[in-house]
Amino acid sequence: MAHAHPVKRYTGLMDWLTTVDHKKIGILYLIAGGFFFLIGGLEALLIRVQLWKPLNNFVSADTYNELITMHGTTMIFLAAMPIIFAMMNAIVPLQIGARDVAFPFVNALGFWTFFFGGLLLNISWIAGAVPDAGWTSYLPLASPTYSTDKGVDYYVLGLQIAGIGTLVGGINFLVTIINMRAPGMSFMRMPMFTWSAFITSALILFAFPALTVGLVALMFDRLFSANFFEVSGGGNTVLWEHIFWIFGHPEVYILILPAFGIISEVIATFSRKRLFGYSSMVFATVLIGFLGFMVWAHHMFTVGLGPVANALFSIATMLIAVPTGIKIFNWIFTMWGGSIKFTAANLFAVGFVPTFVMGGVTGVMLAAAPADFQYHDSYFVVAHFHYVIVGGLVLGLFAGLHYWWPKMFGRMLGEGLGKLTFWTFFIGFHLTFFVQHFLGLLGMPRRVYTYLDGLGFNNMNLISTIGAFLMGVGTIIFIINIIVTSAKPKTAGNDPWEDGRTLEWAIPSPAPEYNFVQTPLVRGYDALWKEKMDGNEGMSPAEPIGPIHMPSPSILPFVMSLGLFIAGFGFMYANNDWQAGFFKDLFASHAVAGAGLLITLSCMVIRSLKDDHGFHIEPEELTNKGVKA
Amino acid sequence: MNPQGPVAEVQFDLMKLSISIMVLVVLVVFALAFYVIVKFRRRPGDKIPVQVEGNHKLEIIWTVIPIVLLLILGVPTVKHVFGLAKDYSKDPNAVQVIVTAHQYWWEFEYPQYGIKTSQELMIPTGKTISIQTKSADVIHSFWIPALAGKIDSNPGANLNKMYFSAKKDGVYLGKCAELCGPSHALMDFKVKSVNEGAFDRWVTAMKEPGKLPADPAIAEVFEKQCLTCHAVGDKGLQLYPNLTGIGDKGTVAGILVNTDDAKYKNEGTTYENLKRWIEDPQSVKPGNSMPKVDLTPEQIDGIAKYLSEYKLNVEQ
Repeated sequence: MAHAHPVKRYTGLMDWLTTVDHKKIGILYLIAGGFFFLIGGLEALLIRVQLWKPLNNFVSADTYNELITMHGTTMIFLAAMPIIFAMMNAIVPLQIGARDVAFPFVNALGFWTFFFGGLLLNISWIAGAVPDAGWTSYLPLASPTYSTDKGVDYYVLGLQIAGIGTLVGGINFLVTIINMRAPGMSFMRMPMFTWSAFITSALILFAFPALTVGLVALMFDRLFSANFFEVSGGGNTVLWEHIFWIFGHPEVYILILPAFGIISEVIATFSRKRLFGYSSMVFATVLIGFLGFMVWAHHMFTVGLGPVANALFSIATMLIAVPTGIKIFNWIFTMWGGSIKFTAANLFAVGFVPTFVMGGVTGVMLAAAPADFQYHDSYFVVAHFHYVIVGGLVLGLFAGLHYWWPKMFGRMLGEGLGKLTFWTFFIGFHLTFFVQHFLGLLGMPRRVYTYLDGLGFNNMNLISTIGAFLMGVGTIIFIINIIVTSAKPKTAGNDPWEDGRTLEWAIPSPAPEYNFVQTPLVRGYDALWKEKMDGNEGMSPAEPIGPIHMPSPSILPFVMSLGLFIAGFGFMYANNDWQAGFFKDLFASHAVAGAGLLITLSCMVIRSLKDDHGFHIEPEELTNKGVKA
Repeated sequence: MNPQGPVAEVQFDLMKLSISIMVLVVLVVFALAFYVIVKFRRRPGDKIPVQVEGNHKLEIIWTVIPIVLLLILGVPTVKHVFGLAKDYSKDPNAVQVIVTAHQYWWEFEYPQYGIKTSQELMIPTGKTISIQTKSADVIHSFWIPALAGKIDSNPGANLNKMYFSAKKDGVYLGKCAELCGPSHALMDFKVKSVNEGAFDRWVTAMKEPGKLPADPAIAEVFEKQCLTCHAVGDKGLQLYPNLTGIGDKGTVAGILVNTDDAKYKNEGTTYENLKRWIEDPQSVKPGNSMPKVDLTPEQIDGIAKYLSEYKLNVEQ
């Protein structure tokens, strides 16, 4: 079998469009997610400029609603999730000693569907019809009766296409982690980040179909005049709220669990200590994932579900505090007795712990339904979820990026600029959101484009706006750091932090395309650390050197996603008020939508019928090229 | 938070309890974290630390203590969930109000008295007010921060119930708390709590025949242009806010605050505010249903003047 297939290998742009290498896909996710993060951040700054003083008219009420909708949607679906996928792609296969993910082709497909879905959603700004019913898109506000332009159509179709990417990505990581662990890597020896990626993928598997069902129903309502949520036609708007939050609450844990994983790795590495209470950490992660599905109605205490539902969901929500508390104390006791080095990555991780606790305790406060009648939809809630998502997830992602940057790119990010990023972002964050707790308690509702003077909201809103700009400065410093770093030579060694504990630090930085010349043999938890402590040079191999089977690159994932993108447009503009003529015929006959679907289906047929056995990298090639990718 | 009624007080007490527990938790975690990051910083010559796997005793402690804290919070939570869900909609001693939310105004119907008003909810101090709320269009949420938490106003036959009462006479600010369109931010209303005598006089006054403008020319325009949607007393239609006694109200359109001592952009005398509103409703409240009516400046002036003087004078 070891004969070399003649496989076309691309360079330059085509290499990136056709790659199925998990490390390159990770970088693509990072670039695209980072780009959308900047767009979402810009929207946030515009929101804060509008609110810096009472009765401001920097943007109109309509534009403001568009900004909040797109800020939330972009940050959750197009920035946070992809950057999480960037980290999972870049690191998880390395941590379990695998050469790639289980389905490299599907991995590329996942990226491109996310990318084109996100693009479709953001093209709404150019098309001049932007979603404006909030990221929750509650009906009837998002129904064709009350939202007559195409804004919500962009939301419905963009998210469906991007959602395919997330779902297949989640399935891919489940299969990868179950099937592709190196010999000796039992479940209870998996690094914490891999565990969190595993549980997050399971949550994606169960949560995203709910969103898709909701979006499909809403699409039928909007494009084909169905009545799922149309009250006059017997539909029910509360149904949408349930569907949305059955997805929406697990989504919160989909976002935060990987951050928990990153923090566990970073704190253990820079404390030079084994993660305290590993098995209870695993247990807590699984339990949070499980309970995450039992609490969706705490977003709906004021909907009128009745006291029994409210009481049950109150208590279920409070229970989540227990496993979360376990994690917090385990992190602190990982540091206890350790030898803590404050690198930029570790500053973010250590800063995460108290910040997340603050977000967590307000979560428990919100869980008390009678009190939530007061907090609900006020700025208190805005403060709470930004504490967990920005103070939790984003700090976690910054920690992970600083920590794994050398493994992804072969270069260490500048420590000085990294620390500056931390301090500006961290202080800016607390300035922005701490005061919002009090704004909420004073009675400022969320999602208001302006507020009246004389209610005592002025100063705190001003502080909040200043903080937001400081966060913007932190982000810019981070970008400068990336640019400065990318101009430097690739000098990072296998284990640039010198305290690496897990398998990814046993191989070169960046990892060669086949990751491991020989699959490593895992002899315990913290596999590399164990070898170091036993005085061994790196990992012992589990197999002799032989030809390495690699998947072939393919342009099909890109084209398939492009087909869905075109189909999305076709469906949206089919019932547009075109003037009679060519475009009307083209769109109204669903020709554009059909063509798009045809492109996607043709790619599926090609993929199914064409045998592609991949290719092999021969042992001679491995030794000739040395460790360079 | 400045609770002015028993419902808000219950909520406030629960908030205080939860805040105290949470401040305690935060302080403990902060103290531990601070101690650890100061004490265990890396110093030159540090040896490899002992690789501790875990500690059962500690882990049990930080599992059990949070459970106990949650019980302390959970028990009153459940108690008040049921307490605040009490149904007063059949109670003859309670004042029944049907609240219908519209983009972007509030309609208050008193079925016991057969009257409807808008934007300013009149209540007798001390009596239980039983609310049943629904929406005429999109979802809104009914919230009077000082008196009670919120409840959503859903479309369709999906009626939600709540109750509250005010301890003292006064005017309380109410808001819409669910995104409902461009002017969601401006969908404020007022709750005016008065003594029972004044409330009864108000009910009587609301039922009296409507007064038309004294100037017959203005009266004719008013009937033709305004009463096709609005009502005064028994005249006109109840499709949009009822204008009976609008001269008494604290605001025009919910957000133009009526005062003789204007300090902010959204304040003015009742007359000025009415004029500003009628001249260009969309600039005050974008996306609302009131069009710019075809009126001459003199007619606007006359109508604004008439409305600002339309008072019921129930408080003596």
